[in-house]
Amino acid sequence: MLLETRDLTANYGQFRALFGVNITVAAGECVAIIGANGAGKSTLMRSITGVIRNEAAMVLHRGEPIGALSSAEIMKRGIAMVPEGRRLFASLSVEENLLIGGQARKAPGPWGLEAVYELFPILRERRKNPGTALSGGQQQMVAIGRALMSNPELLLCDEISLGLAPVVIRDIYAALPKIREGGAAIVLVEQDIGKALAVADRVYCMMEGRVTLVAKAAEVTREEIHSAYFGVAA
Amino acid sequence: MIWLDTLVQGMLLGGLYALFAAGLSLVFGIMRLVNLAHGDLIVFAAYLVLIGVTLLGLSPWVAALIAMPVMFTLGWLLQAAVLNRVLGKDILPPLLVTFGLSVAVQNGLLEAFSADSRRIPAGALEGASLDLGLVTLGVMPLMTFASAILAIVALNGLFYHTALGRAFRATSDDAVTAGLMGIEPKRVFAIATGIAMVVVTLAALYLGMRANFDPSIGPARLIYAFEAVIIGGLGSLWGTLAGGIIIGVAQTAGAAVNPEWQILVGHIAFLVVMLLKPRGLFPRAVD
Amino acid sequence: MYRLTTRTRAGTATEIAVFVLVLAGLALPAVTSRGVIQDLFFILTMLTLAQIWNLLAGYGGLISVGQQAFVGIGAYAMFAGVILLGWNPVAAILLGGLAALALAVPTAFFAFRLQGAYFAIGTWVIAEVTRLLIAQWKALGGGTGTSLPREATSNIMGTDAIQALFGVREAAARDILAYWLALALVVVVTGCIYWLLRSRLGLALAAVRDNVEAAQSVGVDVGRLKWAVFLIAAAATGLTGALIFVQTARISPEAAFAVTDWTAYVIFIVVIGGIGTIEGPIVGVLVFFALRSALADYGSWYLMTLGLAAIAVMLFAPKGLWGLISARSGLHLFPVRRRLAGLKIEGGN
Repeated sequence: MLLETRDLTANYGQFRALFGVNITVAAGECVAIIGANGAGKSTLMRSITGVIRNEAAMVLHRGEPIGALSSAEIMKRGIAMVPEGRRLFASLSVEENLLIGGQARKAPGPWGLEAVYELFPILRERRKNPGTALSGGQQQMVAIGRALMSNPELLLCDEISLGLAPVVIRDIYAALPKIREGGAAIVLVEQDIGKALAVADRVYCMMEGRVTLVAKAAEVTREEIHSAYFGVAA
Repeated sequence: MIWLDTLVQGMLLGGLYALFAAGLSLVFGIMRLVNLAHGDLIVFAAYLVLIGVTLLGLSPWVAALIAMPVMFTLGWLLQAAVLNRVLGKDILPPLLVTFGLSVAVQNGLLEAFSADSRRIPAGALEGASLDLGLVTLGVMPLMTFASAILAIVALNGLFYHTALGRAFRATSDDAVTAGLMGIEPKRVFAIATGIAMVVVTLAALYLGMRANFDPSIGPARLIYAFEAVIIGGLGSLWGTLAGGIIIGVAQTAGAAVNPEWQILVGHIAFLVVMLLKPRGLFPRAVD
Repeated sequence: MYRLTTRTRAGTATEIAVFVLVLAGLALPAVTSRGVIQDLFFILTMLTLAQIWNLLAGYGGLISVGQQAFVGIGAYAMFAGVILLGWNPVAAILLGGLAALALAVPTAFFAFRLQGAYFAIGTWVIAEVTRLLIAQWKALGGGTGTSLPREATSNIMGTDAIQALFGVREAAARDILAYWLALALVVVVTGCIYWLLRSRLGLALAAVRDNVEAAQSVGVDVGRLKWAVFLIAAAATGLTGALIFVQTARISPEAAFAVTDWTAYVIFIVVIGGIGTIEGPIVGVLVFFALRSALADYGSWYLMTLGLAAIAVMLFAPKGLWGLISARSGLHLFPVRRRLAGLKIEGGN
């Protein structure tokens, strides 16, 4: 199993945000995690990537405990994040933002500067612009490209459609199958259920810090999602 | 031609101040750390070079070259073991720790070397000058200015054309996301302080060759360095040079009118710039 | 019904204890030597400066490294009052407070344009500028300084009575008078700070310190608050500076505007004792004085120890010694927390 969380709990001070969350991601898989605001999806992502530290055994990468490691250590193991809100570096150009994604970890794989420019051609034109001088959609592309540069085996995408126009979201999601072809497993945290289910193999639904649904994306029904998402029957 | 002479001497003095300030600018720009011990660390490095010259019989340049890796290591250790632990959103702890360090270093030097004034012997260079007709330039101040330019060019090169420089800028923008990119902020900070200490050693070399020094002159150097950094604006090394030149010219002009006024005019120039441009002359967009 | 209160049993007990201590303190000169009185004067004046800096930095979030400007200007204003206007030194102390207040206005105007570390350095530069300007004032001794004239020191109000009361010589009587004034000053200043923190102004201050935007969003006028705190602190510092130099009777720009004596030591006292509490500086000044007495003969070792102690405290006990004591025992001698009294709350977690 590529990634596994076991009874993952997380607190913000006195406030508990995750209550014993169990998810698994197999190599090459695409898993969607859906849920309303405040359900704990981002907290889950931050726990996996070390922004929030947990007990070591709560998060396992290929069976090894990584729950207590720092973000940098986790990233070097091949788990890359496209953070919520993009979070590009304002002092770096587009190209430098991409380069910095790949400088801490040199791993073999299909992704590099040229490959990312092929995936998102508009970035090649804007390569010298400051990272934050782009439109929201283009910034999202930079954020995804930046994460790909290290050839991760697991790509975590935290709300990549947030604040973007539907046309732009479509372009971004069009890139996902190509990313899967490259061999990476993907975790998609999304509020746009339709888009998420269209690309995912399996889906988790979260509500108030707990997993309320696990299902194959192709088999899950609207009613199941509705009650898992909102906690009340459709 | 007195005024031209004053202007030129002031500019060259500014080069020295820019050297004092460059390391400070680097650290301040990357981690918003106000190192109140910076001036005393320059004096410390000057004593290190002095030891190399007097005890080991080396030339000042070689002594400085040897002192640089020593200072790099000390800076790295200081950041890794002490300053990294107090860095955070509150500016008070690092301020107080470096304040304590400043006092400790000053008095440690006092114990070790006494309050006697010392000088790093520079041999023939000490009085040498270049006669350019309109003005006469001292060779030492000219070399100091040239070194300041070289240091800034090198630092900018590091900042904007290397992977390490990218890491510096990214960590300064957003340390958490830098972590997500595999960059350990604490390691970056330690390297930055180490590099700053190398520049400090260069500054110390010129400080020691130019005039007498003793353990108590650190805080004054700190103030001039800070004024230069603040005038220049956060994150701009060329701005720091401009700041140094402004302070240097102001001081020299003040001294030309009345020697007692030298330092006062320098401070007043700082205050005037701060009134007109509170964020400095060339501040970064992100702050 | 319920009411909002800051009173606790420990707080009330402390108030009574302080009252008793002050009474005892007033009578002390009858039974102790001149040396002890001088030491106490030093402790009390440093404590006053520390409480003021604590208010500024610990509560107001204004980290000033330039308070020596107000100590110096206060002292020089007092000297000016005596030497140039012929005032009695005790009365001239008030001039010190006024002068400091006057200096604080342009200082605040300039410094408040700066943030954080810039603000700190800005206050330091202003102190340096003040020192350099004062050193040009030839009438008060210029760069080398001057002393209080004999006629002034022998006529300080009340010293005759003290001489008769305690049977001491004139110089010792001056010290006793200064000590009493210092006692009064520290009680008034600490009392005012304590009262301020328990008032609505204090609540606003705490809000600003924690989160400026949030405080503004509930209507706290941050700008006016900072001005008020800064000006009050400056005036009080000026008064203290004037008093200190009444006792010394000799002044020079270096001594009056010394960054070490009036800022470094003060900061150490607050930090080592515990910033952000009224008890902290009290603990701090006692530790400081103990260290000073123990290491007095060792010059630079003493200062080195102070420096290293400050580093250690910041690394391992950021809330200072009082913070450690308070955390262990839950003791708050000068409580400023508000709580609801008179209400029984049932259930809940």
